[in-house]
Amino acid sequence: MTALLEAVDVVKHFPVRGSLWRSSRRLVRAVDGVTFAIPPGQTLGVVGESGCGKSTTAKLILRLETPTAGALRFEGQDIQSLDPAGLRRYRSSVQAVFQDPYASLNPRMRVRAIIGEPLATNTPLPAREIRKRVLALLELVGLPERAHDLFPHEFSGGQRQRIAIARALALEPKLVVLDEPVSALDVSIRAQVLNLLADLQRRLGVAYFFIAHDLAAVAHMSHVVAVMYLGKIVEIGDARAIATDPKHPYTRALFSAALPSHPDEARQEIPLTGEVPSPIDPPAGCRFHPRCPEALPACAAQVPELLTVAGRHVACHLYDASLAGPAARHA
Amino acid sequence: MGEPLLELRHLAVHYVSARGSRVVRAVDDVSLRLGAGETLGVVGESGSGKTTLALSILRLLPPAARVVGGAVTFEGADLLAKSDAEMRAVRGKRIAMILQDPMASLNPLLTIGDQVGEPLRVHENASRRSAWSRAGDLLRAVRIPAPAARLYEYPHQMSGGMRQRIVGAMAISCRPRLLIADEPTTSLDVTIQSQYLTLLRELQVAHGLALIFITHNLGIVARMCDRIAVMYAGRIVEAGAVRTIFNAPAHPYTRALLESIPRIQDGAGPGARRLTAIEGQPPDLADPPAGCAFHPRCAHAMARCRAESPPVLPVGEGQAARCWLVAEGTPTSA
Repeated sequence: MTALLEAVDVVKHFPVRGSLWRSSRRLVRAVDGVTFAIPPGQTLGVVGESGCGKSTTAKLILRLETPTAGALRFEGQDIQSLDPAGLRRYRSSVQAVFQDPYASLNPRMRVRAIIGEPLATNTPLPAREIRKRVLALLELVGLPERAHDLFPHEFSGGQRQRIAIARALALEPKLVVLDEPVSALDVSIRAQVLNLLADLQRRLGVAYFFIAHDLAAVAHMSHVVAVMYLGKIVEIGDARAIATDPKHPYTRALFSAALPSHPDEARQEIPLTGEVPSPIDPPAGCRFHPRCPEALPACAAQVPELLTVAGRHVACHLYDASLAGPAARHA
Repeated sequence: MGEPLLELRHLAVHYVSARGSRVVRAVDDVSLRLGAGETLGVVGESGSGKTTLALSILRLLPPAARVVGGAVTFEGADLLAKSDAEMRAVRGKRIAMILQDPMASLNPLLTIGDQVGEPLRVHENASRRSAWSRAGDLLRAVRIPAPAARLYEYPHQMSGGMRQRIVGAMAISCRPRLLIADEPTTSLDVTIQSQYLTLLRELQVAHGLALIFITHNLGIVARMCDRIAVMYAGRIVEAGAVRTIFNAPAHPYTRALLESIPRIQDGAGPGARRLTAIEGQPPDLADPPAGCAFHPRCAHAMARCRAESPPVLPVGEGQAARCWLVAEGTPTSA
């Protein structure tokens, strides 16, 4: 299957601002060589802790940031080298829903204007047709018809997130970037919105790039999960395989730290010492080695490449027979 | 259970608007008991009254709130009858609290040493020198690396996880009997959250603390708590042992909440599990629905639910629910 969106060795470094008198040559290595592909109609979920580069990756996809190196290709085209017409097409094919539905909707616009705006800007449709589409979109996301004359403040958080989803879907995009779409919502409302997103994917064939710190929500929504640590993908593959049988020591620790869904759930916590180091001076070799309970001598020196292990890709020397020797892990 | 450490009897707290025209029943007829060393999870959505409940135990309610009925007994004494000075001797010494945002609980202008030592100076008349040295021990107890050096630093020099540990160190400084933690890990990353929960559990065992977790996260309850109280629209709709309630919830709201949570092993694609969503919105507490406040969203609602508010009905060993289905003897899981 050809990928809808493909990232090849994408790098994003931000310069660190120097002091008043001295410029600085230091760099924040926010995203440091990530490769992934999103097939049409599927969900790539990204997990990782603060500072792992997942939101920067989302911004690169949305072209809100320019990659330092590497390429993002949408339907085979590098998104940095699009001509103006191609860029307009790209912008209408890729939409976003953000975390805070209180900040992402203009409080002075009525819902019909919020949802209709992408249509008015990007299509030559007459006002009557736009109105019809807005009503259809409201129905699609489960809001009543009368919602279209109201302002955002007249809605609850969950309903606002539905408005944001309707706006994102107005141009029939092929990919929607979902950056923490349910974390600001109440527990009973989260399931409503997650179900809605899953239904819309089935009905419209839209692909999602899904970011959340709630591991269970990501695992629930995704076909493929990528685990990021300090700007790198340490493990990527089938969501169920990774969630139930993680291979990278970081993935294992991360999923073992997830909260249980039942008090009797067997827990074998792998405690991690310390905190995520700064992406300004990430550790040499494998970036996880200072916290890794299973680190080998080679881990401090050599950057691990992604290896194919048990049907997914893992960047860890433990699975490399030439470095781990007879102790090397197999599937 | 013998004499409980904390007991609330029919507590009711209302918020009254300036002109008295709007009354919000934030906490309505809440009763619960907590024994020494026990862990209770108070679960509910925003606006369910769980934070108001915590603040009324400490008598830290905002001016618009009124305790309109009920009693709060802690270590055998009625907290609502205490003078402000007597209450100050309880807060931080017998009952401590940890809030969601550690930066809001720390003074950015004071060193960590002064802040962690402050409760000792206030409650135990410790000298500044001895408070500092004990603050160093407390930082060690909450696993802050290089505690002696950290005492001289300021909150902005710490990471979020470390700040929350420091707040934890302040909370246990006077060896309280009860610690109330209001969403203590919401702002933390998964692995840091897990470290912090492990730490709280260790502190609890070491000091024989009773813990109240105020949270919307059932995972925290599953991991940490002995008992659970589920709040909806200002009332405890179901309470009991965590295992019992996770296995056999009696109230439709509890059951729906438990089924609405995604699980790690779910995954999308063929055979994906659909979450049970609770349709509709929580009610406006200034104008709650008649009868059971959950009836407009309840799949099992009967005529009686729309008319009469259900009392607390016993379900089984230590489990109780406010639901007419219990009175009818119809288990909702059928």
